[in-house]
Amino acid sequence: MSFLMSSASAPRTEKVPATAPVFELIEVEKVFQVRPPNSGLSRKTVGLRALDGVRLRVDTGTSIALVGESGSGKSTLLRVLLGLDAPTGGRALYHGAPIREARAKGRDFARDVAMVYQDARGSLDPRMTVEALIAEPLRHFNIVQKDQIKARVAELLDRVGLPTDAGRRYAAGLSGGQVRRVAIARALASEPSVLVADEAVSGLDVSTQAQLLTLLRGLQRDMNLTLVFITHDLGVASYLCDEIAIMYLGRIVETGPTDVVLNAPAHPYSAALRAAAPRFFEPMPEPLSGEIPSPLDLPPGCRFSTRCPAAQPDCGERDPQLGRFGAHRAVACLHPLTNPQA
Amino acid sequence: MAMTETDTLLTVSDLTLYRGSAKILDHVNLSLARGETLALVGESGAGKSTIAMALMQLLDGARIEGRADLAGAGDLFSLSSRQMVRLRGKRLSMIFQDAGAALNPAYTVGRQLITTLRRNLGLTRPEAYRRAVDLFAQVGINDAEARLSAFPHQLSGGMQQRVMVAIALACNPDLLLADEPTSALDVTIQAQIIRLILSLTRERGASCIFVLHDLALASQSCDRIVVLYAGQVVESGPVAEVLNNHRHPYTRQLKSCVVEIGRADLVAPEGTVPPHDQMPKGCRFSTRCPRALARCSDDAPPPMPANPDRGGPHDHVFACWNPE
Repeated sequence: MSFLMSSASAPRTEKVPATAPVFELIEVEKVFQVRPPNSGLSRKTVGLRALDGVRLRVDTGTSIALVGESGSGKSTLLRVLLGLDAPTGGRALYHGAPIREARAKGRDFARDVAMVYQDARGSLDPRMTVEALIAEPLRHFNIVQKDQIKARVAELLDRVGLPTDAGRRYAAGLSGGQVRRVAIARALASEPSVLVADEAVSGLDVSTQAQLLTLLRGLQRDMNLTLVFITHDLGVASYLCDEIAIMYLGRIVETGPTDVVLNAPAHPYSAALRAAAPRFFEPMPEPLSGEIPSPLDLPPGCRFSTRCPAAQPDCGERDPQLGRFGAHRAVACLHPLTNPQA
Repeated sequence: MAMTETDTLLTVSDLTLYRGSAKILDHVNLSLARGETLALVGESGAGKSTIAMALMQLLDGARIEGRADLAGAGDLFSLSSRQMVRLRGKRLSMIFQDAGAALNPAYTVGRQLITTLRRNLGLTRPEAYRRAVDLFAQVGINDAEARLSAFPHQLSGGMQQRVMVAIALACNPDLLLADEPTSALDVTIQAQIIRLILSLTRERGASCIFVLHDLALASQSCDRIVVLYAGQVVESGPVAEVLNNHRHPYTRQLKSCVVEIGRADLVAPEGTVPPHDQMPKGCRFSTRCPRALARCSDDAPPPMPANPDRGGPHDHVFACWNPE
């Protein structure tokens, strides 16, 4: 198991200055050209602003949760972080260099930033055995000598809590929880320093989810991974991540240390999400009214003002930007719920 | 809540269900009073949805033993499919997890609702239309008349689920089965839909069986709870009683896996549910149970009252030889 513990201090990661964050997003904007609904045969397109003025900094060794409901832009943000989509505005940096350039330069980016996809089963080739799936990145990135591959696969299987004989099986014969473990083992095979996971524990039974959460937390600590974790579950975010970024309609509306933000949310949307999470024997709270507006038809002013229980007259006029709120937090709200000191 | 015989709406006794040689449900007992909300909780393979589908007689190729007595209709399992058609919608109806898949994509949602009303209640077209507008308003769909002519794909997931609720409650059934009605929805919409279902069933004096996997949500929304493991009822009773003073080790395990906000410690349980051909004869949880005794794997524990002095099958009951 020693390689898994020591890989964080491998020489590879030391050539970058320790001060540059792993990821830094500065005013990132992503506009997709889409045909508006009910436009008939017309080919005219309009801009859909999936990300708008996103600022985010992910430091080495931290874990950050990206939280938001459908349509909030989590997945687009993820694609920008992985360099799969170029932002249409602003800058997206990886260790100080534009992500797209870093990605195009060679295999280092792909080796260093590993991904666990939401649809773990769909991300694994159904015609490859588990062993072949995990051996593929080992071979591709020349992680170990050829004769060591088998042993390394066995180590990785063990590390994610799968029996060694799982290597001979196919994804189709594995349960949902086992498939996620294989996806995690495959992601870790390239000895990355960053793990990006999209809803890696959603849709599972609670006991399987608990098993995966303790596994992920152990891996993050033992291997000193930087973890970017997309989830819709605030409980999962608070268990796994030091920091949280809450998104609504393409914008980060609040970020900060997870426990501080969840104990005293400053943005009314964070507060509403917090209240909507089921809690034992608490009376069901008054839910937010309405649904998330279409990103093609954003409300004027603050984009949350149409559903906000604390909206003031000026909220429909001015669009609040994500601004500093105390030492470690930032919030995009004209009338935050708490004081910055809190 | 004390209960007399006449209050009982549904009694399921010794429901055992086979698919081929696999025993999917093993002697399930439950009862439901009028106006009561019951949560069926457990993990995949526990049989929660199967119970709901069996009550609706929507299962193909399953062999069912036991009874399910619905007040005034007799044993549901011995009714012909023709008799069942007459009950569905009027006496019992169901909401599914994926409303988008449950609605017919080829017809407008209005047509699907109006058909339900006309067939079950024999209303004329204008009457049914007026009732449909009214129902859409009740389930919180703004601009009801315009939305009636929408196709399912033109509505958001939350709106589709509201349409499902409207169709399910259109003919005032006294039993509503809701199979994970909000698992596919965002949390803020989830709260809206659960509150909607609770207030509408309460208004109508109807009973509701929720199939849920979220214990915290069950504690917030239901009167009673039935905890299932691999097709067996391990514990049941009033929700606060079962969750606060659980006796079965599996109830503890299920509770301990809920990741509440601010939780720092989490102990993951070992193992998984055994496949059906390796299921123990006795208590099915015995293969993973930290308190298992020698007899547990061979000898199925019967339901035992947690408070023998209070008694009654409606009170807190557990099935364990070595309870906590």
